[in-house]
Order: sequence, then C-alpha cells, then structure tokens
Amino acid sequence: MTSIIFIHPDGRNVCIEANGAESAMLAATSHGIDGILAECGGNAMCATCHVYVDEAWLDRLSPMGSEEDALLDGAAAERLPNSRLSCQIQLTPELDGLVLRLPDRQV
Amino acid sequence: MSAGISSAPMQVSGSKPPSVPHVDIDPFAIDFFDDLYPAQEALREAGSVVYLDKWNVYGVARYAQVHAVLNDPQTFCSSRGVGLSDFKKEKPWRPPSLILEADPPAHTRTRAVLSKVLSPAVMKQIRDRFAAAAEAKVDELLRRRHIDAIADLAEAYPLSVFPDAMGLQQEGREHLLAYAGVVFNAFGPPNELRQTAIERSAPHQAYVAEQCQRKNLTPGGFGACIHAFSDSGEIRPDEAPLLVRSLLSAGLDTTVNGLGAAVYCLARFPDEMARLRANPSLARNAFEEAVRFESPVQTFFRTTTREVEIGGHMIGEGEKVLMFLGAANRDPRRWDEPDRYDITRKTSGHVGFGSGIHMCVGQLVARLEGEVVLAALARRGVAIEIDGPVKRRYNNTLRGLESLPITIKPA
Ligand code: HEM
Ligand code: FES
Repeated sequence: MTSIIFIHPDGRNVCIEANGAESAMLAATSHGIDGILAECGGNAMCATCHVYVDEAWLDRLSPMGSEEDALLDGAAAERLPNSRLSCQIQLTPELDGLVLRLPDRQV
Repeated sequence: MSAGISSAPMQVSGSKPPSVPHVDIDPFAIDFFDDLYPAQEALREAGSVVYLDKWNVYGVARYAQVHAVLNDPQTFCSSRGVGLSDFKKEKPWRPPSLILEADPPAHTRTRAVLSKVLSPAVMKQIRDRFAAAAEAKVDELLRRRHIDAIADLAEAYPLSVFPDAMGLQQEGREHLLAYAGVVFNAFGPPNELRQTAIERSAPHQAYVAEQCQRKNLTPGGFGACIHAFSDSGEIRPDEAPLLVRSLLSAGLDTTVNGLGAAVYCLARFPDEMARLRANPSLARNAFEEAVRFESPVQTFFRTTTREVEIGGHMIGEGEKVLMFLGAANRDPRRWDEPDRYDITRKTSGHVGFGSGIHMCVGQLVARLEGEVVLAALARRGVAIEIDGPVKRRYNNTLRGLESLPITIKPA
C-alpha cells in the first residue's frame, strides 16, 4: 500500500491508500478525488489530471517525458515548476506518503 | 434478427477453437442498428470473446477485453486496416491513413505531429471563437423555436467552426459530410451500405484530395499547421496532405454525431437537462457522458499479429477482431446503471474515443465543441422537447440520427 495525500485548493487534506501498482491519477479517481478529471483516461492527451507535487517529493519522481511537458503548457491552471500530470506518476512503495496539491481547475 | 448463440462444435471450421461462442448476430445490419441494446447485451454475455459467423471475425464486447485489445497494439495491429478488410489480402479502397491505419514506429511520428496541432494549448486559442459561435447558434435557434436538432444544430454548428479552423476554402464544403460518411461506412463489411458509399465516392474523394494541398489551406488553420511540420522535417512534404485528410475524415461527422447524441439525451431525459440548466459548468461532462451513452463511433477492428489468448481462448495470427466500443461503454461489469444518462457520472475511462496509442487525437476539439454548445443551451435556460418522428441514420461505424425534430424554448 502507498498512501497519498491530496491537498485541495481550499486547504482540505484527503489521504488515500493506493494499492501501489497504479498511477496517481487512477488512485485519485478510484478514490473519488474530485479535483482530478482525467478526461483521456490516463493516455497523456488531455492535461486534466494536473497536480502540483510537494517540493520534498519532486526529485523522487521519474522525470517527465516530452509529451507530458508539452501538455502541461496547455493545462487550465497555471503551470508551475512543480507541475506534473498525475497519470504519468507511477506509484511505487518508495512514494509512500506522497503529497500532491490540486489546482483550482482542470478545464 | 436472431440473437442466437451456440457453442457449435460441429460447424466449427478447422482451426477455430470450438470453445469460442459462435454468435449469429450481424452487427452491420439495419435491424441490429434499430434494436441495438439487446443485441449488444447478447454479445457481451455470450463470452469474453465471440466468433461472428456472418463475417468470420472475432468480437469483443466486454469493457475489460475491449480496453485490453486497444492497449496492446503490438498484438492487435492497425496497419492491416481498422475495418473488416485486411490490407494484407485486399487492396484498400483509398491510400491507407498514415495515423489511424499505421503501427509504431510509423504511427509515433505522425501522431506526435497531430497531437501538437490539436494540443490543449491550441484549444485555448480557439476556445473563444468556438464559444461565441455556439452562443450565436443557440440564439438563432431560440428565435426559430421548431427546428431539426440534427441539420440545424448537430450539423450546422460544427460546419460553422470546424472547416474554418482547418483553414478550408468556402467552396465545396458540402462534400465534407458526404466524404466522412463514405470513410466510416468503408470500415464495415462489403454490405450495401459500404458498396453504395464507395460507388458514389469519387467526387468527394476528388474534393478532399484537392483541399489537402498546401496551397488550398489558409495560413493559421490546422491544415497549414500540419504542412508547417514538413518544413521542420518532422514529416515528409508528401505525408502532410494525407494527415490533413485524416482530420477531414474524422473531425466533422464524428462531432456531428456526438452533438446529436448529446441533444438526443437531453431531449429524452428532461431531469438531466434541468440539472444542466441549474449548473451550466456540467456542460463538458454532460457531453462526455453522451459520448459514453451513445458511442457515436461504435466499432473498430484490429488484426492479430501472432497467436494470442483472450479470456482463455486462443486466437490465431492474422485474425480480425471487432471491438464493440458502444457495448463496452454500457458493460455493467464496469459501469453502475450503464443504461442511465447521468451528467454527473465519473466518465473517465470510457472508450468512446478509444484508448491507448490511437485514442482520438481530436478529442479536445470534440469536447470543446460539445462543451460550448451545451453550455450555451444551459445558460439560455433552454428546454428541449421532441415534437416529431425521430429518424435514425445508418452507417457501418457511426451511430446517430438523420432527423430529430424538437421544440427549443426557454424553460
Ligand atoms: C465525438 C467525436 C469523436 C469521436 C467519438 C471520436 C472517436 C474516435 C475513436 C474511437 C478513435 C480511435 C480509433 C482507433 O483506435 O482505431 C479516434 C481516432 C482518431 N480521431 Fe476521433 N473522434 C471524435 C472526434 C474527432 C475529431 C474532432 C478529430 C479531428 C479534429 C478526430 C480525429 C481523429 C484521428 C486523426 C484519429 C486517429 C488517431 C490515431 O490513430 O492515433 N476525431 N477517434
Ligand atoms: S488523464 Fe489525460 S493527461 Fe492525464
């Protein structure tokens, strides 16, 4: 199990337990986290699964690909240096405790 | 139509494993289109994979298998055609698509170009224009009150924005829907729908071939953007016209049927229309749910590149597999109350736009059109009532209506 903490724009914290093998996007949508739309179902095509990764965790994620990089430019909310697409964050046991902030909008 | 299913060990032809349930449903017959849902259920319940005797192909109709086939392009390839016709055995009716009917690595290159041409960043630039056109269209329809939701909205709106966004000339645009009708009929088997469509296709093909040329595409449009990628060497100059053709084939009729589906849903389920009026920000999801619910693109094929197991059954190399996207989108194994149109449903994961490497590259355009039209209806406080006979339009791949007479008025 990998626990992930989502922080909503209003400061509300939600902690979910992911089974560990899925993407952060899938973990979020299957646990009813509203702030992740994931319109393309995780195919890296829609940029509606945008998250801000807590600085402490940023370096521990696998680097982003060029597709993800380009898509983030089109994300609805402001792109920041710690922006990622949650469908491209593959969960591993090492990411237990990961903190992800949700943007104020996805479209 | 008979929805008969048999395990038919006697009539199995040679190599077919006898355990695959044989189904004598013709998924390209008019009576199938007319009474879709019992037949889709029969296909899903027959097994995780079925054999369709009518056309000698395998079929998958459950969500899990459809999703799995879509996401294994190495085993289930597209380069032998995504219709019934096997390009290895039969000459394609037109030069194959460089994206839809291609496999990696060829697909990866062309796909990257179209992804950039239709990226979220580009959508931000066209959004205001598309939204203003939707508002104007809905105002016009409110003045007219009695309209045909297909001709006057589902067709008229995309026709008012998409050809301009492509950068097409004004003349000859009437060929666009006719051409797309041929393309989507041609994925089907050699039935009357396909044969008649191809017989009449020459003028439409000539128009499209001409419009794909660089000199005919207005600067700034999607078409010119595609050609610009041949300057930077990401595609060859001779590839650009065929990639423009992909957007002309797949970019208009699909959204016509997507918008038609959404209006048809909101007309049949007035409670959902009321929820949408109360909260116009649900417009985007209301459109997405209509794409799940009606699945305007019903089916696509793949061809196996090796022997492979699906749900415990072995399938040989070189076999066509028909994916029932519409049936998967209503599979009760995946969806709660699949036959309910619910504009607040969590729709993520539906396969109405496909899934995996070929997942619709124009999905953001489709969602933009759907969102702005439904948001305009919601913000004007519109109520929709069907006030005449609903007529279905028949196509081997696309599902939608020929005519949907409605009254549109303030609620
Ligand atoms: C509601 C509207 C639409 C629906 C339901 C739809 C559906 C689909 C589906 C199911 C596929 C997957 C094909 C496969 O896996 O073999 C696809 C691919 C594709 N679509 Fe769409 N589509 C829509 C709108 C659009 C628009 C607006 C465009 C262009 C602007 C477009 C262009 C394409 C192209 C070029 C492909 C091929 C992608 C590839 O093979 O990588 N579509 N579409
Ligand atoms: S879910 Fe669409 S890009 Fe992540």
